[in-house]
Amino acid sequence: MVPVSYYLVVSGILFSIGAMGVLLRRNSLVVFMSIELMLNAGNLAFVAFARMHNTFSGQLFVFFVMAVAAAEVAVGLALIVTIFRTKNSINLDQMNNLKG
Amino acid sequence: MTMETTSGLFFSLVPLIVFLPVLGLLINMTFGGRLGEKVVGTIASLAAGGAFIVSLLLAYSLSVHPEAVIVPFAEWIHIGTLQLDWAFRVDTLSVVMMLIVSGVGTLIHIYAIGYMHEDVRFKGDVNRYRRFFVFLNLFIAMMMILVSGDSYMMLFVGWEGVGLCSFLLIGFWYDMDTLGRPSFANSNAAKKAFITNRVGDFGFILAAFIMFWAFGSFQFDEVFARVPEIAQAAPWVIVAVTMLMLVGVAGKSAQIPLFVWLPDAMAGPTPVSALIHAATMVTAGVYLIVRSAPLYSVNHSVQYFVATLGAATALFAATIAVGQYDIKKVLAYSTISQLGFMVAAAGMGAYGAAIFHLATHAFFKALLFLDAGSIILGMERGHHHLAHGHDGGHDAHSAEVFDPGDMRNMGGLREKMKVSYWLYLIGALALAGIFPLAGFWSKDEILLDAYKHYPTVYWMLVVAAFFTAFYMGRQIWMVFFGKPRTEVAEHAEESPKIMTIPLMVLASLSILGGLLNLPTMFGITLPGAHLLTEWLGHTLGEVEGGELNLLVAGLSTIFAAMAIYFSWLIYGRKSIETGQPDGVVPSERNHGGMTPPWQSDPLKKPLGPVFFGMEHKWFIDEAYQFLFINPYRSVSRFLADKVDWAFWHDWFHDKVIAGGYNWISKVLLNEYADQRGIDAFANALGNGTKRLSSMMRVWQNGFVRTYALTLLVGVIAILGYLLLK
Repeated sequence: MVPVSYYLVVSGILFSIGAMGVLLRRNSLVVFMSIELMLNAGNLAFVAFARMHNTFSGQLFVFFVMAVAAAEVAVGLALIVTIFRTKNSINLDQMNNLKG
Repeated sequence: MTMETTSGLFFSLVPLIVFLPVLGLLINMTFGGRLGEKVVGTIASLAAGGAFIVSLLLAYSLSVHPEAVIVPFAEWIHIGTLQLDWAFRVDTLSVVMMLIVSGVGTLIHIYAIGYMHEDVRFKGDVNRYRRFFVFLNLFIAMMMILVSGDSYMMLFVGWEGVGLCSFLLIGFWYDMDTLGRPSFANSNAAKKAFITNRVGDFGFILAAFIMFWAFGSFQFDEVFARVPEIAQAAPWVIVAVTMLMLVGVAGKSAQIPLFVWLPDAMAGPTPVSALIHAATMVTAGVYLIVRSAPLYSVNHSVQYFVATLGAATALFAATIAVGQYDIKKVLAYSTISQLGFMVAAAGMGAYGAAIFHLATHAFFKALLFLDAGSIILGMERGHHHLAHGHDGGHDAHSAEVFDPGDMRNMGGLREKMKVSYWLYLIGALALAGIFPLAGFWSKDEILLDAYKHYPTVYWMLVVAAFFTAFYMGRQIWMVFFGKPRTEVAEHAEESPKIMTIPLMVLASLSILGGLLNLPTMFGITLPGAHLLTEWLGHTLGEVEGGELNLLVAGLSTIFAAMAIYFSWLIYGRKSIETGQPDGVVPSERNHGGMTPPWQSDPLKKPLGPVFFGMEHKWFIDEAYQFLFINPYRSVSRFLADKVDWAFWHDWFHDKVIAGGYNWISKVLLNEYADQRGIDAFANALGNGTKRLSSMMRVWQNGFVRTYALTLLVGVIAILGYLLLK
C-alpha cells in the first residue's frame, strides 16, 4: 500500500506546476488548464486524506469541486470565445482595458 | 360550554351581526356611486335588517339555552399576562341590546331612504346620499361590537367606534350650519361632541388600567369573579373603577356635567339624531353600568351617587327642555333627561327597569325624532313650494333664511300633516308616561324602585316627569294646534310612505312596549309579566319583578295629566298670536336669519328670570366657556405666542442658535483663520490624498498575472505565518 505522503507530494507537485502555469503563461487557454491542474491537485489531496481518516466527507467534497470546476469551465470558455471575437486575441496581457 | 348543549342553536352566527353591516358598507362604498339612491338605501337597510334577523335567531337560541355563550372569534393582543381576544358574548343582556340596535336601526335606515332623498336636495349636495348610508352601516357594526364584546377592551373598541360615527354624522353637513348657510357651526358641533367624549373616555381608560392592575383581566367573567375578594381587600379599587367608569358614562350618555355636546349634536341629519343620539349610542353608558352590575352593586355609596347624578340630570335637562324653541332641541334635552332616568335606575340597582326604560325610550324617542324630521321636511316642502310656486310677492321672503325646525314658525300643522300629527301624539303620550303606553310602564318601574329605596331620588324624578309631560304638551300645542304662524306652515306637506311606515311600526311599539315587562297588578301576575326582568335575570342574577303600586302610578299619572293640562292652559287654550316681538333674540339659530313673527313665550312674563334661565340652558355653555374654554385658549395662546414663538423661535432659534452661528462665522472671517487655517487644512487633505493615490496607482498595472502573483505571495505569507507560528 502506498503511503499517503506520496500522494501529497504528487498533489503538491501538480499544484506547483499549475501555479507556475497561471503565473507565467500568457495564453488564457493554457492558464485555464493550469487552474484545472490546481483544482485536481486539491482533489487528490482531499481523497488522500479521506483515505487516511477513513471518512467519506473528503471524497464527497471532491464531487463538489468537480461540479464547480465543470461550471467554471463552461463560463470561462464562453468568456474566452467572446473576448476572442472582440479582440482577435486571447493574450492575457492584452486584457487590461480596466486599467486606470 | 360543550358542543352538545348548544348544537342546533344559532350562537355561532353571532359574528354576522358585525359583518353584515360591514358588508353593506363595503358594497356601498365600492359600487354605491353606480347603483343609484334606491339600491344604496336598500342594501344598507338589508344589511341592518340581516343583523336584526341574526339577533332574533340569537334570542331564540337563548330562550332554549339561557346561559351566556362566549363565541371566540379572533386573537388580538397576547403580551405577558395580558390575553386579549375578540370574543362575542351572547347573553340575555347583550341580545336585548342587539335587538334594539338592529331593530330600531333597520327602521331608521328605511326612513332615511326617504328622508335623505329630500335632505340632500334641500342642502344641495346629492353625492352625500351614499356617504350617509356608509356611515350609518358603520355605526351599526360598531354598536354591535360594543354590545357583543366579551371584555371591557372590546367594549371600548365599539365605544370609540360609535364615537367616531357620531362625530362623522353630526358633522355630516360639515360646511354649513343647520339652516344650510356656509358656516363652521356643524363641524364645531361635531368637534364639541368628540372632545367632550374624549374627557369621558379618559375616565374609562383610567378605570380600565386600574381594573387590569387590580383584577389582572379585562374579561367580564374573570373580573366579576374576583369582585368579592377585591372588595374585601381593597375597597377603594372598586370605588375608583366605578367612579372613573362613571366619567365615561357621563360623557357617552350625556349626564351632568358632560351633557353639553348632545343638544349641539342635533346638527346631524334627523335619522342620526334618532338612531345615535336618542335610541342607541347614548344608551351605551347605561349598558356599561348594567353590564358592570357586579362592580356597582358592592358599594352602596357609589350606587347612591350614580342614582343621584342620574336624577339630577333628569330634572335639570327637563327644565331646560321647557324653554327651548327648536323642535329637535326640546327632544335632545328630553333625551338627556330620560337618560338620567335610566342612569338613576341603574344606580339604584334596578337594572331590569333601566334596560326596560332603555328599550321603550328607544321606541318612542326614535319615533319622536323621526317624526320631527318628517315635520321639518314638511316645512321645508312648504318653504320650497312658496319660494318656487308664486311669482313675485315672495321674493323678499325666499331671500331670507327660514328655520323650518323652529316651533315658533309652526302652528296648526295637524291639518296639513295628519299622519305625522297622530304619530307624534302617540310618541309624546308615551314619553309623558300616560297609561297604557310604553313609557308609563317603564317609568313607573323606575319610580317605584326609587320610592322604595331612595326617597330623594324619587322626588327628583317625579318632578322631572312632571316637566317631561309639560314640555311635550307645550310642543304638541305649539306645533300642531292653533293657527299657522307663518305662510310656510300653511303650505306644509305630508311626508311620503317610505318615511311614515317605519314611524307606524315604531308607534305600535311605543303603544305595546309595556307588554315587554308588565308588573304584577293588584296581586295578579299575568302570563308574560316580568318577561324582560326574568330574561335579564339569567345574566344579572335574581332581579325582583316590578309590581304596580297604586300610589306611585297614580301620583305620576296625576302629575302628567296636570302638566298636560297646564300646558294646554298656557299654550293651547287660546291660539298663540303672531307678532309679539319683544326685542330679544331668544335662540342663537336666528342670528342674522329671519326674525320669527312670534317671539314671546307666554311663560316668559310670569316666570321672569326663571324662564330666561331655562331658555338659555341655565348658561351651562357660557359657564363652560368661562371655566374651561377661555382659560384653555389663554393657555394655548400663551404657549403659542410666548413659549413657542417668543421664547423658542425669537429668542432661542434666532438669537441663540442663528446669532451664535453668525458670531462664530464673523470671528473666523479673516485671512489667518479662514485662508491659512481652514483652507490650508482642506487643501492639504486633498493634496495628500492625491499623492497617496498616484503612488498606489503603480501597483494596478492591469496584468492578470501580476494580480495572480500577488495573490500567491499573499497566500504563502499567510500560510507560512500560520504554519511557523
